[in-house]
Amino acid sequence: MSGGVDSSVAAALLVERGYDVIGMMMRLWSEDCGTGGSNRCCTPDQLLDARRIADQLGIPFYVIDTQDVFRRTIVQFFIDRYAAGDTPNPCLECNRHIRFEWLLNHALAMDADFLATGHYARTQYGAGGRVRLLKGLDDAKDQSYVLSVLSQDKLRHALFPVGDYTKPDVRRMAEKLALPVAQKHDSQDLCFLADGDYRRFLAEHAPEAIRPGPILTRDGRQLGEHTGLPHYTIGQRKGLGISYHEALYVLTTDPAKNALIVGTQDELGHRGLIAGRVNWIAGDTPLEPFRADVKIRYKARPAAARVSPLPDGRVRVTFDERLNAITPGQGAVFYDGDECLGGGIITRVDDDAR
Amino acid sequence: MNTQLVYLDHSASTPLDPRVLDAMLPYFSEHYGNSLAVHSFGRQAERAVEDARDTVARVMNCHRHEIVFTSGGTESDNLALRGPVQYALTQGQPITLITTPVEHKAVAVTARQLRDTAGAALRVVPVDEHGRVSADDLRAALQNLPSGGLALVSLIHSNNEIGTRNPIPELAAIAHEYGAIVHTDAVQAPGHGPLDVSALDVDLLSLSSHKFYGPKGAGVLVVRNGIDFLTSHSGAKHEDYRRGGTHNVPGIVGTAAALELAMNTWPETAPRLAALRDRLVEGIMDRVPDTRLTGHPADRLPGHASFAFAHLDGNTLLMLLDQSGIAASSGSACKVGDPRPSPVLEAIGLGPEWTRGGLRLTLGHSTTGADISAVLDVLPKKIRAARQMPPSISV
Repeated sequence: MSGGVDSSVAAALLVERGYDVIGMMMRLWSEDCGTGGSNRCCTPDQLLDARRIADQLGIPFYVIDTQDVFRRTIVQFFIDRYAAGDTPNPCLECNRHIRFEWLLNHALAMDADFLATGHYARTQYGAGGRVRLLKGLDDAKDQSYVLSVLSQDKLRHALFPVGDYTKPDVRRMAEKLALPVAQKHDSQDLCFLADGDYRRFLAEHAPEAIRPGPILTRDGRQLGEHTGLPHYTIGQRKGLGISYHEALYVLTTDPAKNALIVGTQDELGHRGLIAGRVNWIAGDTPLEPFRADVKIRYKARPAAARVSPLPDGRVRVTFDERLNAITPGQGAVFYDGDECLGGGIITRVDDDAR
Repeated sequence: MNTQLVYLDHSASTPLDPRVLDAMLPYFSEHYGNSLAVHSFGRQAERAVEDARDTVARVMNCHRHEIVFTSGGTESDNLALRGPVQYALTQGQPITLITTPVEHKAVAVTARQLRDTAGAALRVVPVDEHGRVSADDLRAALQNLPSGGLALVSLIHSNNEIGTRNPIPELAAIAHEYGAIVHTDAVQAPGHGPLDVSALDVDLLSLSSHKFYGPKGAGVLVVRNGIDFLTSHSGAKHEDYRRGGTHNVPGIVGTAAALELAMNTWPETAPRLAALRDRLVEGIMDRVPDTRLTGHPADRLPGHASFAFAHLDGNTLLMLLDQSGIAASSGSACKVGDPRPSPVLEAIGLGPEWTRGGLRLTLGHSTTGADISAVLDVLPKKIRAARQMPPSISV
C-alpha cells in the first residue's frame, strides 16, 4: 500500500472478496528522507494515508524498512547505468528485485498466499497451471510493461485487483468507499527523486556521470560540446546548442568517447535492437522467431516486429518500421495482443537489421 | 491467525483500572467547573484537585506543595529540565546538564535542545553493560563544574527499554555533594516497588499516569521545596505558576486514585509478575539461540523482560508477533519503517549484529501463565522466520 488510490482500492477489493488481507508498505530510500522535505513515496503523509485506509478497511498495516536494500540496488543501479551511458528504467528493477523478491519474501514469511499490488495488469491461469500476464483493462493505464520481469513462480503469488477496471472506475470506487485518497494525483515514476529532476539528482549523486564532451556527427566531425550525456534523449532535436544548415537530432551516444552523436532526420531511427537479461513469462525460451508487438518504453506505442531468440539468451527484435527512440537501458517488452510474453533490457540498436 | 490476544506491552501503556475510571467519571459531565472559578462549580473542582494533591503527596512521602500536575511523562521531563534552566538563565548562571545515554527521549532530546538553545554544557555519563550509572562515573562527570552555576543531573529511575533500575539514592547523594540538583524520570516505576521521594533524595521526579493503570494525558512532576524553577509552560496561577493551563480534573483525580492503588498493591503484584517474568526469560533463553537478556538480570522492573537477538530485525519480529496476536515492542521499533539501531543497546555495548534486534515483553495485572506459555510456544518459531527473512539480493 503506497497511500495512493490504486493500492488502496486494490486492498478494498480484496477485503470485499473475503481475503484475509495484511497491508504492507515499503519504506523506500528517497533523497530527502528524514529531512522532512517534500519527498514523495516515503513521506509520512503517504504513510499516514495508507495507515488510515488500512484501519478503515479493518486490516493490519506494517511498514517494511526497505531503504537500505533499495538504495544499494535500485538507486545505485540507476546511477551506475547512467554513468555507463544507458537510460535505465529503475521501475523494472524494483519489480524484479524489491517488490517481487524482497517484499514478496516478507509476505510469504508471514504465511501470506499472495502479494497484491495496485498495478493495472491482469493474470489468467492457463493450461497446466501456467499464469499468463495480460494488459490492464484500461489501455491508457496498462502497467504490464513494468511487470514483464516476473517469472511464473512470482506471478503465481501475484494479484492485481484493479487490473480489471479503468482508472475512472477505480476513482469512483475510492469515492464510494469514502477513501480519503480518491482525488489524489497519480504518482511519478522515479519515486526516490526529491523533485522529479533526475538531471539534478545525477549532478549531485553521480557527478562523474555528467561530464561535458564533444557533439559529433556519425563521421566524427565535432559540431559543438554537450553538457553531459544524461542530459539528452535519443531523438531529441531541441536544446543541442549548435547551429547547422539542417535540423539535427540526437542519434545515439558513444559512452567510450563521452560523445553525443547527432545527425539529420533521415539518419534517425533503427529497424532493430538487441536486448539482454531476457525474461520469458511462460518460463521456456521460444525456439523459433515469432511475430509480436514490442514496446520500447513504458509509454511507447506497441510496434509490430519479429522477435528472434539468440543462442546466447539475448533476443534480436526487428521492427516492420524504423523506430526513432530505441534507447539502451529501457525495456523491450513483447506482446501478443493483450498478453505480455516477457521482455529484456535493450543493450544496443541493431544496425544489421537496418 | 490466533484470535486470543496476548498484551505484553505494559511499559508502553496499561488499561485504565475500573476503580480509577469510577473515580474520574463524575468530573467529566457532572462536576465540570474550572478549578480557578469563584463559584460553587469551581470550588468543587478545586477540592477534587487539592484532595488528589494530598493523596499523591502522602503516598510518595513529600509535601503537597511539591506536586505539580502535568499532561504526562514527557511534559514532566520537559519541565524538570526547562524549569531550573530557565531560572538559571534569568540569573545569568552557567548551566551544566548531566545525563546518561539511556534516558527516554523526553529527557535526551530536551537536554540536547537546551544545549543548543540555552547554551547549557551537556555531559553524558556512561553506563555499564546493564545500563546502570556507577558512582565513580558520576563523580567523574561532576568534576570542574563552573562555580555559581546550575548543575542538573537527570538519571532514569527504571529503564523503559531494558528494565534496569539505577541506585538513585546513592547517585543523588553524590550529585548533592557537588552542589548539583537531581531529576529522576520515574515514569516506569510506580506499581513495581516503593517510590518514596524523600528516600530517593531527588529534587525533581516525573510520573505518567497511564503507565500505572491511570488515564492518558495526565502525569506528575515533583519539585522539591527550595528548587529554583521558572516554568516554560507559562500561563495563569495554576500549580503555583509552575504549570499554566486549566486543570485536567478527571485526569488529576484518576492520577491520584491510580497512584494510591499502585502503591498499595505492588507488594502483592510485583512478586507474581517477577515469577512469571523469570519463567518467560528462562524459557526464551533456553529455546532461542544467539539471544541475550538485556538490562540487569536481577535488579530490574519485575514485569519487564527484554532481549536482544543477533541478526534479526526487531520490526519484522514485532510484525510477525502481531500476526500471531502477541503485542510486544522493541527499542528500535518504528512504525514508519525507519528503524535505527537502539541507542540504549548501543550504550550497553552491544555490537551492530544485536542493536536492531531488541524485543521488550512487559507484563501487567492481566498477564497469566497461559500468556507466557503462548509466547514461549510462538516466539521461537517467529524468531526463526524473522531471521530468515531478509533475502540476499543481487543485481
